[in-house]
Formats: sequence, C-alpha cells, structure tokens
Amino acid sequence: MLHIDITKQLSDFELQISFSVENSILVLFGPSGCGKTTTLRCIAGLEKPDAGIISKGGQKLYASETKEFIPPSRRRVGFMFQDYALFPHMNVHKNVWYGVQKADQKAQDLYKKLLRLLKIEHLTERFTDKLSGGERQRVALARALMAEPEILLLDEPLSALDNDTRLELQEELKKMQQIWNIPFVLVTHDPREARAVGNKVLFLERGRQVTEPANWECQCPPRLQAVN
Amino acid sequence: METMIEWHPVVLSLKVAFTSIVFVFIFGMMAAYMMKTLHFPGKAAVEALFILPMVLPPVVTGFLLLLLIGKNGPVGKFLGDQFATQIIFTPYAAVLAGAVVAFPLMYQSAKAAFQSVDSKLEDAARTLGANEWRVFWTVTVPLSWPGLVAGLVLSFSRALGEFGATIMVAGNIPGKTQTLPLAIYFAAESNDLTRAGLYVLLISVMTFAMILWLNVWSKTRNRNTAGKELF
Repeated sequence: MLHIDITKQLSDFELQISFSVENSILVLFGPSGCGKTTTLRCIAGLEKPDAGIISKGGQKLYASETKEFIPPSRRRVGFMFQDYALFPHMNVHKNVWYGVQKADQKAQDLYKKLLRLLKIEHLTERFTDKLSGGERQRVALARALMAEPEILLLDEPLSALDNDTRLELQEELKKMQQIWNIPFVLVTHDPREARAVGNKVLFLERGRQVTEPANWECQCPPRLQAVN
Repeated sequence: METMIEWHPVVLSLKVAFTSIVFVFIFGMMAAYMMKTLHFPGKAAVEALFILPMVLPPVVTGFLLLLLIGKNGPVGKFLGDQFATQIIFTPYAAVLAGAVVAFPLMYQSAKAAFQSVDSKLEDAARTLGANEWRVFWTVTVPLSWPGLVAGLVLSFSRALGEFGATIMVAGNIPGKTQTLPLAIYFAAESNDLTRAGLYVLLISVMTFAMILWLNVWSKTRNRNTAGKELF
C-alpha cells in the first residue's frame, strides 16, 4: 500500500495532495501542468516535497518531520516515463536486465515470463531506435517490472500511441497489474484512458484535489463521433 | 633524419602529453560531473577558476605554478621537507604544466557532453536501483562518449604543444626536460632552421592527424549510439 500526503511549492501554485492506494490502479487525472508528474516524481524520490509524508507499506520513504528521505535507488518504486526513457546505447535485453540486482534462476524465469506476457520475445537483440511506439512501451514496462518494484508509477504511458495500440495496451496494463498485484499509479490527461484503466480516479487541478468535474460524464466522447 | 634531429624531445613530449591527459581525463570529468550535480555558493567563482588556465597567458600560469612548486613554494617546501625531493625542473613539472593548461579543454568538453545527456535516462536508472556511481558509468559516460573523446584529443594536443608554462617550471634541459616545442624554439634561436623545421613538421602532422581522426570519427557516430562500442 502506498500512502502520500505532501505539499510542494511549484512555480505558480502549491501542490497539495493526499491519497492512499491499495493493490489496484489509481489514476491521477487533470490538465497538463496541474502537478501530476511532480507527484509521481516525489513518490519515486526524484524530487523532494516541501513537507509531508510518503510511505510504502509500513516503510517511510519520506517524512519531513524526521527528515527521512530514501534515495530513488533504494525505494523499489518503478517509474515508467512518458517517452519511456529506454537506454539508447543498450539493446532490449540489456535494457530489461538493467534493474536486476541478482541474476539468478528466479530472475531468468521472470525475464522469460515478462517477454512472453508482453510479446516482445523477438525483440531482445534490437536497439531501441528500431522499435515502434507500442514496442517501446512494452519494453519499458518489462524493464520496470523486472526490477521487482513494490509500486509502479506510469507517466502518461499511452499518450504517444495510436488509437488501436492504445486500446490493446490499456488491457495489457490492467492484466499486468492483476498478475503483479502491486499499486499502480497512472497519470493521464485523457478522460477515456482514465476511465478505461482506473479502479479509482483522482482529479487534480492546479495542484489541488477536486471533486469529479461536472462534465466528467460527458467528457468522454464515443470513439467514432458523427461528423456533420 | 637520424643525424639531423634528436628524438628525445619527441619521445619526452609524447610521454608528458600522455601522462598529463590521464590526470586531465579523470579530474576534468570529476569536476564537470561535480559542477553538473552540486549546487553551492560560489559555484560561479570555482568554475571561473577551472577555466582560468585557458585564458591566462601560459607564461603566467607557469609563473603561478613556479610559486607553488618552487623550492620555497608551499608544495616545493612540503616535498623537500617530507621526501627530500623536488619536481621543479624535472619532467614531472612538465607533466604538471601540460595538465594544468589542458584541464579547461577537458572540463569544458565533459561539461557540455554531460549536460547534453537526457536527465530522464539518468532518473530512469536511479528508479531501477542504480546508485550514482553506476548511473555515471553505465548511462552518463556512454552517452557522453563522443564529447569526452573530443575533450581528450583536444587536451592531448594542447598538452603536446605546451611551451610557456613548461619553460617556467621544467626549464630547458636538453635530454631531460626539453620538450618538442622547446626544442623548436631553441633550434630556431640558434639558427638551426632545418632542425626546427623538421620538428615543426612532425608536431604539425601529429596534431593534424589527431584532429582529422576526431572529425571523421565523430561524423560517423551519433551521440546516442557511440557508447555501444565501449560499454
């Protein structure tokens, strides 16, 4: 379980956010620049909040009162970046193995399982510039899960993909969450995506949690809209 | 040619330049990485100090080094008292002079190269459990490789051609501290133009070949994939 209750001054407003998430997919939904990505970066330890607390299970990752701060490398919090941040100088195999601490039989089995589940077995020797958007997304997901995180953060994981690939990967994300059974926190500004993958949706506006926007229900257009 | 030129200055210059760039490579990279990641008061002043040997006349750099490592300077005194030795007027002083004047070139190249690395890739490595040391060697350095190689070649050429600072601290002892640029100057001064000319030709060809190689090498590599060859 992930619990967060933090404040952080951003350039033109203050981010104030508090939530808990069990082993399910929580979506942070809001317009660009509302503090979603900063929230994820604080959970991962890539940025420091001004005050508050972040904990994972019973372990404190950050606490302003006791000045605790665990560095990102020791948090076991996976992060999937918006443009996937795959290492361009390594092939898929090396990318996926990067986060493995101990290359034992267990890691080998996990590797095989991930490649199979994400259908990327044929890509292991390729460098990342030779992958399509959907393939990159899958490799990034495999790399993040291979490090055996206890929480996975996903920053706009599907925004760079075409519609068909996105629908396919939405389903895959849900499936992976069910298999791994850890909290996923996913950030998006796309209401359809929020609806499709989120077990719970949290609305953010200028750094504050807001109640469900009035037009939330009708914000989601049908896939094919009639053009007059 | 054997009879016309002494090979000692050539060999010494190469040795001095190679030894210098070992230090320059390590300290230049360390300084550049430190300046990229650390924020502290007076950072701009420290940075200016790093660049200073590039803009100061080499003879001034040499004079300052002389104050430092001369028999009565703090380093010279320390070496004399503790180890009963001096580096002034030895090839080690030539290495020091070469390293100091070449340092800013490596520092500048490394800094630009490190800054061009997408910080998201370094963050990704951190979230995958890599400590700062591993992030540096497996992500930052491979992705900065072309810039680091450029810095290395420029520093080497600069150290190879160093004159002003070298003559101040290493002197001009033929067969001991006389490097190639010094040999050129003293051959020309004693009107031995053939010998000076041959030395000039030699050093020009060496540096030209290195810069040419660097240009060809970097044209055929792109920033993201050059590191594949090494890592």
